[in-house]
Amino acid sequence: MNLEELRKLREEQKQSLSRRNTDNKDIQIIVGMGTCGIAAGAKDTLEAFIQELEEQELSTVRVTQTGCMGLCYVEPTVEIVMPDMPDVIYGKVDPDVARKIIRKHIMNKTMVNDHVFDRPAADIVEEGGNQ
Amino acid sequence: MHRSICDFALDLVQNSIEAQAALVMFDFFETEEELTVFVADNGTGMTPDQLQKARDPFFTDGIKHSERNVGLGLAFLTQAIEQSGGEFEIDSREGQGTSVKFQFDKTNIDTPPVGSAANTFLAALTYPGEHEMVINRKFNNGADIYSYSLTRSELSEAVGGFETSGSLRLLRTYLRSQEGVSEEQAVSRKK
Repeated sequence: MNLEELRKLREEQKQSLSRRNTDNKDIQIIVGMGTCGIAAGAKDTLEAFIQELEEQELSTVRVTQTGCMGLCYVEPTVEIVMPDMPDVIYGKVDPDVARKIIRKHIMNKTMVNDHVFDRPAADIVEEGGNQ
Repeated sequence: MHRSICDFALDLVQNSIEAQAALVMFDFFETEEELTVFVADNGTGMTPDQLQKARDPFFTDGIKHSERNVGLGLAFLTQAIEQSGGEFEIDSREGQGTSVKFQFDKTNIDTPPVGSAANTFLAALTYPGEHEMVINRKFNNGADIYSYSLTRSELSEAVGGFETSGSLRLLRTYLRSQEGVSEEQAVSRKK
């Protein structure tokens, strides 16, 4: 594939995107990619998010990287910001957990409790979940 | 400690971006026996004193985390190089930039696995910032030979920025095609 073919592919996807629901543009996934994140596999986590978003046809979700979020002991860490849900930092997010976050948190607005490590008040997280 | 050589390389690229580089050059050359990585930037650079301390795992510039005294990126790299008989060079001048070159002997049993070049380039290219980045990739294991270059600004224009899942998906597809990795191969490699 060359750059011209890449541009053409983008145009094709733009057209199919315009026919689909695009109300996912207010959703943001922020992957911690500091030294600690990289060491724990955050690169694979980022790739898993991109792959799963493609499979679920969520094309306008914002996916960005940031440095260390200060939770080095539970890397890879990922923050999810979206309407109707509290801002949540998830920890120990391997590719399987990344897929779970998309299906549960983003698509069904239910937190993945075992991986919540910051932000929501303790009373929001169900009993048994980490904080 | 990082799992793959790609992880070490990505860490160096981030160092360059965090050093406020306007341009980052990233070479990733691989043969059957060796892997050579060269990362150079025109960022803030280091004084001779800072350069000497840069390999110390308990030294950092204190900008990112003022309460912490750890900086593990280069320390991890030099440790892995030392235990596997590789080579490492660093040069830095304050106000001009930094360059790092390292080489791993792929035949040494203590050398970490290479990792996924496509995923590394994806993370390196899309790390936020206004900088330019040029990646040069060469691969030659005798049977498979390919080389290509990636320019961050060109790719960003082609996919419409690096922020949405749709544009990242396009970039991922493009990078995999450059590496000759199909979706099926990627899945079987993970298994």
